[in-house]
Amino acid sequence: MNRKCDHCDREATVHEVTVRNGVKIERHLCEECAHASGISIQPQKPIDELIKHFVVAQGLTPVVPPAAQPARANACPTCKTTFAEFKQHGLLGCADCYRAFEGQLLPLLERAHEGGQTHVGKLPKRAMSEVGEEAVREAAARVAEEREQRVRMIRAELDQAVKDERYEMAAKLRDQLRKIELRESQAMQTDAANEGGAA
Amino acid sequence: MSEQPSDVPSQQPEGEKPQPAQPALEMGAAWLRGDGESHDVVMSSRVRLARNLAGRPFATKATRRDRVETMQVCRDCVMNAALAEKMIWVDIHGSPALERQLLVERHLISKNHGKGRGANPNEDPRGVAISVPDERLAIMVNEEDHLRLQAIRSGLALGDAWNDIDAIDDKIEAKLTYAFSSKFGYLTACPTNVGTGLRMSVMLHLPGLRLTGEIEKVKRAATDMALAVRGFYGEGSEPVGDLFQISNQATLGKSEAQVLHELERQIVPRVVEYERLSRRELLAKRRVGLDDQIWRAWGLLVCARLLTTEEAMGALSLVRLGVSMGLLRSAGPGAEGPTMRVINQLMLLVQPAHLQRAVGRELDQEQRRAARATLVRTKLTRPRIA
Ligand SMILES: [Zn+2]
Ligand SMILES: [Zn+2]
Repeated sequence: MNRKCDHCDREATVHEVTVRNGVKIERHLCEECAHASGISIQPQKPIDELIKHFVVAQGLTPVVPPAAQPARANACPTCKTTFAEFKQHGLLGCADCYRAFEGQLLPLLERAHEGGQTHVGKLPKRAMSEVGEEAVREAAARVAEEREQRVRMIRAELDQAVKDERYEMAAKLRDQLRKIELRESQAMQTDAANEGGAA
Repeated sequence: MSEQPSDVPSQQPEGEKPQPAQPALEMGAAWLRGDGESHDVVMSSRVRLARNLAGRPFATKATRRDRVETMQVCRDCVMNAALAEKMIWVDIHGSPALERQLLVERHLISKNHGKGRGANPNEDPRGVAISVPDERLAIMVNEEDHLRLQAIRSGLALGDAWNDIDAIDDKIEAKLTYAFSSKFGYLTACPTNVGTGLRMSVMLHLPGLRLTGEIEKVKRAATDMALAVRGFYGEGSEPVGDLFQISNQATLGKSEAQVLHELERQIVPRVVEYERLSRRELLAKRRVGLDDQIWRAWGLLVCARLLTTEEAMGALSLVRLGVSMGLLRSAGPGAEGPTMRVINQLMLLVQPAHLQRAVGRELDQEQRRAARATLVRTKLTRPRIA
């Protein structure tokens, strides 16, 4: 019933299925062999692996001994994580690592996020109050632009749904558009209220 | 699970009742209800946000003291922010292995969060806050990120789950400052989560696509659309019971609303339609064969004296298919056949930690197979009260 490890006689507890070009590749390993071959059970493994392979394939950073000068220059000033360390487990040491490794992270982020390079989405009030007016304006502009694009996309889908007589979907899409507009007008009211308060 | 403890096959003498369980574990998880949009195919919808506190090192660089502090700050916040009518907190590092596994099986913590052999003073301090009794909300503290907020719902309800978690996130942010950059968004330990920190996933039951041999096509299509496809228990888990999780991967450069729209309005409805089409096709072209497989599965569940998890999950999957297609109406003691809810519950109850909790003691593999068969048989053949 239970499968044996590909490498030894123990029971396989780690199963990896990779689909490449439509071909399914399976690996079944016991925990120890999995660990030895660098597979650990972590969320989002496919992407983690992608990053690891990508970093290695692109030769983004030469592996330098930790004591060497370049490695130290390449450490995060806050938490002292080096980029080589990050490559090892795919985890950063602190929030400042993003600034310290920005140049090296960018191509990797693009690859992992379907080309995405900058944040578009929710803006936390408290944290945003500390990033400066310029940054707030830019982030808000990105959010507004994205919303317009999305509204255009949903309108097109709505037209198509009506054409195809998929009325249930059309009703849902219409409802979605109404909610977006409602939120927009609410946000404008809040902004106006805030500005009024500040004046 | 709300009908406990009377419906649990007790294998121990009376009077030797197990310790009272942690409250959440005796209650029913709302996502098992088997209702909501497209519940014939979509078992549950889950939304998770990754968040970190500003000015505190991430897990890899945190000292024990950092971790203890982070945990206290987060626990105090989430337990005092009135996030739900009732929340419980579980110290994972202080919990025995069976409790941890139970939480993993209920999808309340990740495998990674539950790892370890049992209470051990040297383990990394970490925990989880859970809303009870619905278990709709779970907040992991000191996982890969300081906070992992999760909302889960029955059926296709990603929008509702997003609204739940969005509000929770606001309440927490009113008290704590998140690590955030206007350029990269919410800063996470792993750059694959940076930006929105959002993971939306649906648990799909796709027996029709498996029986018609189309499942690989769907998996390939999902992978091509940069979605992740995983089994019932996530990463590295085998797709047992024809259950598959589909989730977004990109979190940078895509808004929450966009990810929601793509999954809930574009991708999932198509997979649901595809699965329903397969079911209709099976009914039209392979009716006898389909009936046979479903009734054999029913026969196995109500007759077997020993059941492995895989066997039970495989048969439960077919029975769930039969229930959703109305093919099992004459099965069991009720007039309407088994309910979706009972089948969903059983898919959880047959898992090793749940089984041992139900019986009230630790069991070896052989004992588990016997207890599993007894539990399933009792649940499916005993006349329903409600
Ligand atoms: Zn091995
Ligand atoms: Zn750092």
